[in-house]
Amino acid sequence: MARRPEGPPPPPVVGRVRLRFAKRGRLRFLSHRDVARAFERGLRRAEVPMAYSAGFSPHPRISWVGAAPTGAASEAEYVELALATVVDPAWLRAALDAALPPGLDVLDAVLVSGSGGLADRIDASRWLIRLPTVTEPDLSAAVAELLGRDEVQVERATKDGRRRFDARAAVVLAVCRAENDTCAILELVARHTTPAVRPDDVLTALYVVAGLRPSAPPEPTRLYQGRLLDDGTLADPLAPDRNDAGRLVGRSSA
Amino acid sequence: MSGQSLFARLEPLLPRVRRPVQYVGGEGNSVVKPWESAAVRWCLMYPDAYEVGLPNQGLQILYEILNEQPDVLAERTYSVWPDLEELLREYELPQFTVDAHRAVGDFDLLGVSFSTELGYTNLLTALDLAGIGLHAAERGEDDPLVIAGGHAAFNPEPIATFVDAVVLGDGEQAVLGITDVVRAWKAAGRPGGRVELLARLARRRLVYVPAFFDVTYRADGRIEAVRPNRDDVPARPSKHTLSDLDAWPYPKAPLVPLAETVHERMSVEIFRGCTRGCRFCQAGMITRPVRERNIETVGAMVDAGLRATGFNEVGLLSLSSADHTEIGRIATGLADRYAESKVSLSLPSTRVDAFNVTLANEFSRNGRRSGLTFAPEGGSERLRRVINKMVSAEDLVRTVSTAYAHGWRQVKLYFMCGLPTETDEDVLEIADLVREVIRAGRVASGHRDIRATVSIGGFVPKAHTPFQWAGQAAHEVTDARLKLLRDRVRADREIARAVGFRYHDGRPGIIEGLLARGDRRVGAVIERVWREGGRFDGWNEHFSFGRWAAACAAELEPLDVSLDWYTTRERAEREVLPWDHLDAGLDRDWLWADWQEALRGTELDDCRWTPCYDCGVCPTMGTDTQIGPTGRTLLPIAGVSAGSEAVVRGGAST
Repeated sequence: MARRPEGPPPPPVVGRVRLRFAKRGRLRFLSHRDVARAFERGLRRAEVPMAYSAGFSPHPRISWVGAAPTGAASEAEYVELALATVVDPAWLRAALDAALPPGLDVLDAVLVSGSGGLADRIDASRWLIRLPTVTEPDLSAAVAELLGRDEVQVERATKDGRRRFDARAAVVLAVCRAENDTCAILELVARHTTPAVRPDDVLTALYVVAGLRPSAPPEPTRLYQGRLLDDGTLADPLAPDRNDAGRLVGRSSA
Repeated sequence: MSGQSLFARLEPLLPRVRRPVQYVGGEGNSVVKPWESAAVRWCLMYPDAYEVGLPNQGLQILYEILNEQPDVLAERTYSVWPDLEELLREYELPQFTVDAHRAVGDFDLLGVSFSTELGYTNLLTALDLAGIGLHAAERGEDDPLVIAGGHAAFNPEPIATFVDAVVLGDGEQAVLGITDVVRAWKAAGRPGGRVELLARLARRRLVYVPAFFDVTYRADGRIEAVRPNRDDVPARPSKHTLSDLDAWPYPKAPLVPLAETVHERMSVEIFRGCTRGCRFCQAGMITRPVRERNIETVGAMVDAGLRATGFNEVGLLSLSSADHTEIGRIATGLADRYAESKVSLSLPSTRVDAFNVTLANEFSRNGRRSGLTFAPEGGSERLRRVINKMVSAEDLVRTVSTAYAHGWRQVKLYFMCGLPTETDEDVLEIADLVREVIRAGRVASGHRDIRATVSIGGFVPKAHTPFQWAGQAAHEVTDARLKLLRDRVRADREIARAVGFRYHDGRPGIIEGLLARGDRRVGAVIERVWREGGRFDGWNEHFSFGRWAAACAAELEPLDVSLDWYTTRERAEREVLPWDHLDAGLDRDWLWADWQEALRGTELDDCRWTPCYDCGVCPTMGTDTQIGPTGRTLLPIAGVSAGSEAVVRGGAST
């Protein structure tokens, strides 16, 4: 005699929208859970006609793809929304962007038309890491040391205790430049591996191989995500859903 | 330069602390105003962690009311955790606001809201980090005025040396009145300095200024007298009472935190005050009389609040929400209005009667029926008469049966231990009551697999209640009684596996008792505990009974008083109590008479539906009970959901 929710089952999914959004400024300190909560509230405020799961506590059907770690900014986070009514993606982008706090900014929205899941189109990230208090020559020397190795074991505290893994193999590309005399910049292309090699793991690796230790916290920003191409650039994961499919991003400065 | 953002210096520290998002601000509906445009600048503090403080309704109401004034700026600050405190000290950064990350010391006023006495050490941390002198007497002309408010501030004597002024009662009009006085005083070139400002505030009956009163003591440690030391301020500062809550529908746009907090919902206060007359309940005594918001205001606040926030849960708050004269219509109206949306409704405070279950059913039409909480408070019928909680065992069994029959899977029963006149037998009767509840639940639900949780809190006597004279039960007594009860329940094979048992160590309650009924001498204890590292005393992992006990020994025993003297000692009728000079409206003779009635086990009815019993509040404060019903109904809101008006439902609860 278990109770069941009254009324008809929730309306079916009639369309899906994929979004690229940014996590900027002080909002880089949001965790993935914080971002997800902000999105659910923003979607309700924007009155986006979401499809919901069935049951006593229906949830909007949102599929997250990866997530930049707490403390990392991003220009390229992706999420897929299931809709109960088809809407104009341009309207959705603007309405949701207005309903989200400044710093969670919706940059792009496409109706799903291409085949294949979003996660299958993403296997690498391009990062820009500001390193205040580090000079460019010190950074370049450490990076050269890292790239010269086949494997560099690092340790990180995870939910399940400390874990050791290789942080070198995931690094496809690492380019150094100077923002000024007291701040170096590391641009990095890293494959998505398990466990994920994050910017702080690469910095740990630089400490392991060359003793590089910034005295101020690094400021990482994810610039792009996508499928890694032979030339080291990343293919835009939303491109197959667009009319002008195939446009590439991430060509600059590499 | 005052008012500058400290964020650039704070940001590099944030990756080094736990959950940095709590310090970045940027909440939905938060407000940042240009510093120079404001004539009066308030910093509002909730002296606990952000996750607890952010949802606090009192602070959100004042924040919004003040920021609505064109020439007033209000920002918020919360207690920083010890990891950030250490970094702030290392990098010489002050206590900051989360809105624009300005230094707390730059503001004109620092208003601190105390829901619990266990926040006092956190006040000292914030003052110290802000660079504001700990003692009011040490503060300079440029320091903010430190003003305490909230329920715990109804006996502010233990923190009297740390605060410049105290607001008693409802803050809505008080903060605007204070703002007017500060604005005029600043515009006139700050005549007479901060002492004159405080005198102006006191003369206008806006605040109580502890420094304007002297306390003298008898040789035996009791208070001899509390007398004003100036003849131009009222001898008996009194509480503020907001009339017509419909004219003050705040918060209109509640804050939407980025970080996770303890209450992730939109709260609407449906009435303020309570005259049920539970003798242990300070909130029910100091917030009289009952003032309702009508059904239309409640409906409009829910609608506007949901639109402004995107929350998907609404809580209807008050001290006893089922007592609202229009609660049935409100429940049905809201359930109809949001039937097609994913908004859930909740009524946090529940009373033991079947009507309450009907309401809960209405609020959970399409939601999970997981648990309902009832609070009989006392284990035996006799004890419930002592505390004036008029619930019979039959009421409870009938109510719980109704709940199980309607698909609720679990009930939670809340009791207190350590109540005046309590014996072991009174507490052991909880086991009998729970056995009857489980049996009735098994019959009503038709299966054996039901659960009840028994949650027990230690009773702490509070100021301005009939129990203000009572001796608090020693923590050893409370702990021993709870162990007896637990053993009794565990030994009862019929129910042992169906009952969950939750209670807390009795020692924090003793310290809460010290602070709740303490006088100015207790201030030295608070300061010593803080200097020895006391922080976040409301949190088990930070609270140290040993530190408090040692500080009491060091500071109180030279004065021939002690922790026990303040807590377990029963007071006589004529003893001057530390808060007697503060007027909550309650007639002291009535409180004493009600205490005597309690000892005789005589009950007292609610004055909303029986004649006035002369507690004194309405005539003293010039107020009246403001209740409905208005007879109006909740109209559907255009555009919420096109389908909801067409849905015809039976089972309306009125």
